[in-house]
Amino acid sequence: MGATKALTGRQKIAWAAITLVVLVWALFPVLSILATSFKLPSDLNTGNFLPTSWSWTNYEQILGPDGSAQELFLSSLRNSIGISLIATAISSVLATLAAYAIARLDFPGRKLILTTALGVSIFPVISIVTPLFNLWRSIGLYDTWPGLIIPYLSLTLPISIWTLTAFFRQIPWELEQAAQVDGATTWQAFRKAIVPLAAPGVFTTALIAFFIAWNDFVYGISLTSTEAARPVPAALAFFSGASQFEDPTGAISAAAVVVTIPVVVLVLLFQRQIVSGLTQGAVKG
Amino acid sequence: MASITLTDIVKKYGDGYPAVNGVSLDIKDGEFVILVGPSGCGKSTLLRMIVGLEDITSGELKIGDEVVNEKAPRDRHLAMVFQNYALYPHLTVYENIAFPLRLQKGKYTEEQIKDNVEYAADTLELREHLDRKPANLSGGQRQRVAMGRAIVRDARAFLFDEPLSNLDAKLRGQMRTEIARMQRRLGTTTVYVTHDQTEAMTLGDRVAVLRKGELQQVASPRALYEQPVNLFVAGFIGSPPMNFLPGEVHGDSLRLPFGDVPIPETARGKLAGRDLVIVGLRPEHVEDARVLDEDKRAKGATFSAEVDVVEWLGAELYAYIPFETHADVAQKLEELDRDLDGEGMRTQMIVSLGSESRVRDGSSAELWFDPRRLLIFDPESGENLTYDDEAARRIDAETEEDRRAALERAHRDAEKQANGEPAARHRQAS
Repeated sequence: MGATKALTGRQKIAWAAITLVVLVWALFPVLSILATSFKLPSDLNTGNFLPTSWSWTNYEQILGPDGSAQELFLSSLRNSIGISLIATAISSVLATLAAYAIARLDFPGRKLILTTALGVSIFPVISIVTPLFNLWRSIGLYDTWPGLIIPYLSLTLPISIWTLTAFFRQIPWELEQAAQVDGATTWQAFRKAIVPLAAPGVFTTALIAFFIAWNDFVYGISLTSTEAARPVPAALAFFSGASQFEDPTGAISAAAVVVTIPVVVLVLLFQRQIVSGLTQGAVKG
Repeated sequence: MASITLTDIVKKYGDGYPAVNGVSLDIKDGEFVILVGPSGCGKSTLLRMIVGLEDITSGELKIGDEVVNEKAPRDRHLAMVFQNYALYPHLTVYENIAFPLRLQKGKYTEEQIKDNVEYAADTLELREHLDRKPANLSGGQRQRVAMGRAIVRDARAFLFDEPLSNLDAKLRGQMRTEIARMQRRLGTTTVYVTHDQTEAMTLGDRVAVLRKGELQQVASPRALYEQPVNLFVAGFIGSPPMNFLPGEVHGDSLRLPFGDVPIPETARGKLAGRDLVIVGLRPEHVEDARVLDEDKRAKGATFSAEVDVVEWLGAELYAYIPFETHADVAQKLEELDRDLDGEGMRTQMIVSLGSESRVRDGSSAELWFDPRRLLIFDPESGENLTYDDEAARRIDAETEEDRRAALERAHRDAEKQANGEPAARHRQAS
């Protein structure tokens, strides 16, 4: 950072204005969805930003015991949570081990793994999804949880490996050597000296991986056909209004708000882990 | 506790460059041995091979009677203090020190761990910091935690890798004496790597001087100072460093840039048939002739020289005297200077005079030295022609005796302390 000069009054105003523009630009759609989710169907096309009368109708529709979209939404929510969590867990464990090996061990093919990981992640999802659809149908993975978890791993693993490799490279190598001299096996040294330090990095990476899996739409809509595995982003497209002349916009907005909540909660929960500078003081500081 | 025996240890990296080349060293049980040398001489690599963090390319390493070449670090039962301490940042000081004990599953009860950690903490005066994290400690405290982690278990030997180089000068002095005291009291075999010659001279029972991966000389600090085997050791040990002057042999006298001196009896035979030698003269062996009494003056040689710069340090006074070196030895001396991490500055002689000397910048000084203290080196091989093996052995034997006495005293103190009598140093401290 270097020396930060004190801002003059005019600069402060300019910065505030820029910040405001960015905030509005980023948050306006969210607020709009939130407002829409509280509108009555009759209120949808009035052109007002805020609902004329606040109502929980849309939420009742997707969550209530006799809501029309309740079954569709809740089963997809269960699928989304389950599939994303499992994909995140598997990719975190695999990526941690892979990144550790890449950062710490000198073996032939280190570069190859990293470039392959990068290569995998640059394939457009849409180009893979059709062959995958055929393959999944013939081997019986179509419309199952593993049928989504596996493609999600292909999305989350490359970025996890890259992020964690960078993170592991920052952890002082000597800590592990010190642990080995203190009487630890290679595994113990990893678990007791490196894992606690790597935890913030692993959490951050897991969080990113979770969001990637949670937000996926293309795989979700192409590789599922029933409530057995369909995740929320795909399920939203199947919402229908109370009658065929009614838009399901309200219900979709309510569902969108509901699926945003876990993301916000996760960020708030892990924020401290991410920020905490645990490596400080390990070496001369 | 155990002896450590190195036999023809070689470390070659992938490109075939030998970082350590054929080092043989016998470290006795309870001995404090220093590995010293300029940067890149392979001293740290050697230490890391002993502890097991580097593979040994060839040679044999024994701890006690056991060959440990292929053993993992954990099976060698050594304790090491790293240069940057390598404390576990997520653990408190207590847990950092307890770490090696907890790794030995089932060997210690929680109670025993507590006793051991608290004993180590008391030894190093860390008791009030046990609940803190390393990030909140000062450099000296972190250093002590690292030492606590080393002494808490019964390691067969302690290994130190430049433990004091991250501390400031004052703290370094205090920790140095603390390490010496601790080693004496525990009587544990210790190998200590440093590039600082003050640490090397004050701490070690014996000092091993390394240059480009090869062992130059292993001897007590005093023997290294008085009887260095070659130019490199002579130039490395001593501060300010030894002056090297070209000396032309003319019959019974040596012609130095500042005048002729008689060749000392002991060197006469070895100088036969040589024209040119390198003469080593320690700065502290030169004195201001004007402050000497007649008797002493008559025993040595005097010469006058133009003083370029004078540095007055209170206790002593350094005078810098430029001279023209002989073309035939200039290259050898330059090479030596590079080996010693020098900058190839102008050729000048440094003399350390008493602070009462009246020598000033730009003045002409009358200087005196005893020719018997000159060291004479072969200009080609760098070998010390005046090296007296017998004298070196005698000095080593004396040092060994001193060490035994110090160890015994330390043990007596420890026993007294165990019997409830406060030891001498604790009475002082309170």
